[in-house]
Amino acid sequence: MKKVLLSLAVLAATTVSAMAQDGIENEKRAAYLDQLAGKRVVFIPMNMNADLSIAWNAYVQRQAAELGYTIDLRDPNWSTEAGARALTAAISEKPDLIVLQNPDVQSYARLISQAQNQGIKLIQLNMESLTPSDTYVGADWQGIGYAAGQEVAKHCGAPDAPSKKIAITMGVPTAPVDLFQIYGFKKALEEAGGGFEIVSQQAAAYDPSKANSITAAVLQQHSDLCAVFGIWDGMDAGAGAAVKEAGMQDSVYVVTSGGAAAASCEKIADGTYDMYISYDARKQGAALNVQVAQLLQSKTPAGQDPVVYYTPNTRLTKDTLSPSSCWSFEDLEK
Amino acid sequence: MTGNNSSTAAQTPAATEVASPSKGRRPWYTRMTQESIVLLLATIMFIGFSISLNNFFTSGNVITLLRSVSVLGMLGLGMAITVIGRGVDLTMVATMVVGIVWALKLHDAGLSFNMALLAACGFAIVVGLIIGIIVAFAEIPAVFTTLALGPVIFGIGNFAFFTEDTHNAPTDVEWLRNLGFDRILGVPVSLYIFALLAVLVWGFLRFTRAGRSVYAIGDNMLAARHTGFPVRPLIVSKYVISALIAVIVGLIVVATNSGINTRLVNTTLVYDVLLVVVLGGIGLSGGRGGVRNVIVGTLFVGVLLNGMTILNLSYTTQNFIKSLVMLIALIAETLLNPRDEQTSQSGDI
Repeated sequence: MKKVLLSLAVLAATTVSAMAQDGIENEKRAAYLDQLAGKRVVFIPMNMNADLSIAWNAYVQRQAAELGYTIDLRDPNWSTEAGARALTAAISEKPDLIVLQNPDVQSYARLISQAQNQGIKLIQLNMESLTPSDTYVGADWQGIGYAAGQEVAKHCGAPDAPSKKIAITMGVPTAPVDLFQIYGFKKALEEAGGGFEIVSQQAAAYDPSKANSITAAVLQQHSDLCAVFGIWDGMDAGAGAAVKEAGMQDSVYVVTSGGAAAASCEKIADGTYDMYISYDARKQGAALNVQVAQLLQSKTPAGQDPVVYYTPNTRLTKDTLSPSSCWSFEDLEK
Repeated sequence: MTGNNSSTAAQTPAATEVASPSKGRRPWYTRMTQESIVLLLATIMFIGFSISLNNFFTSGNVITLLRSVSVLGMLGLGMAITVIGRGVDLTMVATMVVGIVWALKLHDAGLSFNMALLAACGFAIVVGLIIGIIVAFAEIPAVFTTLALGPVIFGIGNFAFFTEDTHNAPTDVEWLRNLGFDRILGVPVSLYIFALLAVLVWGFLRFTRAGRSVYAIGDNMLAARHTGFPVRPLIVSKYVISALIAVIVGLIVVATNSGINTRLVNTTLVYDVLLVVVLGGIGLSGGRGGVRNVIVGTLFVGVLLNGMTILNLSYTTQNFIKSLVMLIALIAETLLNPRDEQTSQSGDI
């Protein structure tokens, strides 16, 4: 009997040690992978050549490949109509999840509720529609404008500022991305005590050449201009160039925002942008991936419990710039 | 013939007025061409803004004004050549963006910037040849050919040459920075390039055999062919020239903005260019007009945009006024120069 017990104990000990050597399988992980494998996601960004959408796509595709679900990319190439068609087609295909970048708050509102009513989960990306869906994940536009406003107020409120005159460059005056930013910007100026004068608020239609000529004209009128605030880095490269051309880089404070592609950090380093509010596309891509995995697992019916997540903003200047502040397109492929 | 500009007189038969003295001289205001109407409007606006706006009539602001429309004007020069030859090139902006961005990418990859620019010019020549061959030999109207090819050119560029939309100017090319930011005698270098290009195009249209032939083709292609003009090769070279001009303008854009954004293709820029050309008085029916018309159209748009920017008018108001003023110019031209037998038979484009 003793012998039997002993041998059993030895056996148990060896098994346990053998188990410890081979590790333990995490059953939750197996279930996680199991739930995600074979799922289908349709991704409809606004286009596929902006830095942001290229970064998002790289992130979602990589995670999908790792976890065994598919991402079908539909590129409407800036066309809202093509986007609506892609969304309609996606709804009829009944995928497990749709990831959608709204061009504005209105255009896809009805299609979004249609998708949710049919039980398709839907993530809105970087632009909220009036109709909420399972998740909004993306930039905090009002917060970006607010941060820019705080920085401008700090700079132009200082005693050595040339004046309290500020010029604003918008994309188009009706785009919510622009309007949210302008609201936040003006709110921050107001909270800082006012006295700031907005001498120009012009739309440059996201075209750097237009931003350049508008800013050049404004600088001619107001040689004591304190700051230029623009709503998108791609366009504000032109505004910054106009300031440089006028030889006023030292006196005019240029503030813009963007997704922290390498091209923008170059402009921060060379002084074209004095202050850059970064809504890092890498952080957005990572946040989006979390939401995609979470919704693909969730048993909650579509549209039951809408949540939002605004990705954090970072203020970048020449002095706070680090090699990891921005990302390059090569980085995305690594 | 009554609507023709004097610059085409060499190509057109003797004016009808001279042939029929019984008609008598018409009052001065009916002899105004679109060009002179637009020039008059531009002058009125210029004087009006100079009086009503502080800092409008300063050398700094006038230079800013000219500089802001120089890209429009330079593209207009290329467009003018195609329109005078009774065509149109709606691919100019796509060619400009793809060509110059390809050069930037090649330079990033290690090629010297000059070689990269040569490659871009090579690209423009290929694009021009393709458009020209389709228009001249397949005889598909230029407006459809170029309308369809614009997205094709951008698509090829986006597929083969680049993926992202923002491209910075290289920092290691000294002359590019000088081109964008230097001034000679207080005038930006880019304005000298505009002037130089204007003189070159003017010289081409006025003094070269090919240039004169462009008018002949634009005026009456069949007659030109029967007379023995090499119509098809001339049409092809017209599009090669406009594509090359597009790439040169792309270089100026990169230099003055320290970079370029491919989203330019999605803007209305190419139609703005066409508008400058038509507004200046180069009829879409071809065969008339010249560099002077492009300059007048460009000045008009420049004064209007600069004044409205200084007034800080809203985007919608600006668009409204812009459209209204342009409509007035077009209506005035139609009223003063009713469409004649020839234009109504051949139609526009």
